[in-house]
Amino acid sequence: MDPGLFKRRSEYEWEIPPQGAMRVPAVIFASEQLIREMDQKVYEQASNVATLPGIVRAAYAMPDAHWGYGFPIGGVAAFDPDEGGVVSAGGVGFDISCGVRCLHTGLKRADVAPVAALLAEALFSRVPAGVGSTGTIRLDPGEMDAMLRGGAQWAVERGWGVPEDLERIEERGRMSGARPEAVSQQAKNRQRDEMGTLGSGNHYLEVQEVTRVFDESIAHAFGLHQGDIVVMIHCGSRGLGHQIGTDYLKRMVAEAARHGIVLPDRELACAPINSDVGREYLGAMRAAINCALANRQIITHLVRGVFADILPHAQLPLLYDVSHNTCKLEPHRVNGGVKQVYVHRKGATRAFGPGHPDLPEAFRDVGQPVLIGGSMGTGSYVLAGTARSEELAFSSACHGAGRAMSRHQAARKWKGRQIVDELAARGVLIRSPSMRGIAEEAPDAYKDVSAVVDAADAAGLARKVARLEPLICIKG
Amino acid sequence: MNARWEHFSHEADMGVRGVGATLSEAFEQAALAMTGAVTDPQSVEPREEVAIECEAPDRELLLVEWLNALVYEMAVRKMLFSRFEVQLDGNRLHGRAWGERVEPARHHPAVEVKGATYTALRVAEEGGEWIAQTVVDV
Repeated sequence: MDPGLFKRRSEYEWEIPPQGAMRVPAVIFASEQLIREMDQKVYEQASNVATLPGIVRAAYAMPDAHWGYGFPIGGVAAFDPDEGGVVSAGGVGFDISCGVRCLHTGLKRADVAPVAALLAEALFSRVPAGVGSTGTIRLDPGEMDAMLRGGAQWAVERGWGVPEDLERIEERGRMSGARPEAVSQQAKNRQRDEMGTLGSGNHYLEVQEVTRVFDESIAHAFGLHQGDIVVMIHCGSRGLGHQIGTDYLKRMVAEAARHGIVLPDRELACAPINSDVGREYLGAMRAAINCALANRQIITHLVRGVFADILPHAQLPLLYDVSHNTCKLEPHRVNGGVKQVYVHRKGATRAFGPGHPDLPEAFRDVGQPVLIGGSMGTGSYVLAGTARSEELAFSSACHGAGRAMSRHQAARKWKGRQIVDELAARGVLIRSPSMRGIAEEAPDAYKDVSAVVDAADAAGLARKVARLEPLICIKG
Repeated sequence: MNARWEHFSHEADMGVRGVGATLSEAFEQAALAMTGAVTDPQSVEPREEVAIECEAPDRELLLVEWLNALVYEMAVRKMLFSRFEVQLDGNRLHGRAWGERVEPARHHPAVEVKGATYTALRVAEEGGEWIAQTVVDV
């Protein structure tokens, strides 16, 4: 995009002043270079979000923003229920509560290197990944509802993990306010045999090494040190979340019309928070958040089982678990006071700063761990929430690299085998059921995650703590 | 004029487009394009038949309904489809899809389709052919 289209608030803040039906400004956080490379659609979509009823402060976009559905991916927007504010299924996304979880291992590269191939094979065979894969857990209707209400707490109660894990998950592993009865039978059917599965697309499980530490003291508080091996898991609420997205998008198209809400794009379909459809969606979405938390918890259990067999002295406590497709009720500063608002983060990570009461004791002084997944075979980052992020973007930061080219282009440009070989030559082992899937996820099909993270750090959204690089990647 | 399908670029996901002499044919081809997002449709044997019924207030929303009904069947039956038959009766659709259970070793499925969206959604007659397209979230 042309930087001249914006009013530049600061080196890293680009404002679109309200125009036409926009109720508030739209603000993109990015370096000038990222703005130049960003899709024009982000401008259009962020401006469209700013027209929705009850939006407060501004429609924000993170440095990794790209063309999404209605909302840009990398979008953050908060709505006041007392001012006619809305909730939007598209503003959360199809993959509700998609997120990233990081596990310590207590190992160094020298421990893993001799068994890397064995570890890769075992992870690939024990963690179901890819289209059509199923888990071994079958949920009857009663257990399905218990899972949707209980999230990771439910999983831990069933033996998939330990109670200490829960402290290290947003909402302490269980999103309250879930309403399983607002989740359709189709959505439940799609989930029946998908618990503990990774999915496909950009979802992965990686064994990574901490290759750089930027902030020693925060890294220490997070338990990260140069050379540490960690496990990073990226996946979401599987078929259940996808079906809830589909079901409510459709209902919200009709509901928005019923309330006289003018939609510049059908995909922005929404319902007032204080309406039956709005309340039902929130209940169903919270159930899907629990599904995602339970899913990542079960995968964690599977990963621990693999390590117990191959590297029995390893311990895999949880560093943290973040979700980057959510809508949550949170207190934020609005018009000089503090209000409870519904914050949509679609492809954006919550990034609470130091002192936030929702943070576990261990992170109270340094801020929330913000886990940023890079593209396959490149790098990932751990950041920390800042105090400033509250005033900038409701305590939010970026979530990943963002695609630089479509799957379609990537599949034409690369062959999966060639990518596997190139990465193997650099010491990265890839395992996947699909070579075409690998080509579509080629490292160069994504933007440089470092540029995105540098911009988030420089803008003050989150602070850079450590960089991680993969040794093993299981791709769905 | 040949019935055909193609993909178009969307930054994060994939656009599916069906083109045909009739609206029904365009819907059938759009479904084939969606299978094409997952695997090569020619690798899928049309062994088993699944019936699909749906309706919507207009034909664009009907395209999304049709594709989402297929996404659902693919997900719960763990199937891929390679042959489709669509009959339209106003805004009601009677469809049949033929396919088989997904076999990763043979189909190498690249992605799972999460759902059909309303992005770049268009159903229209253009230059004597029908076009039915939208973006699917993968």
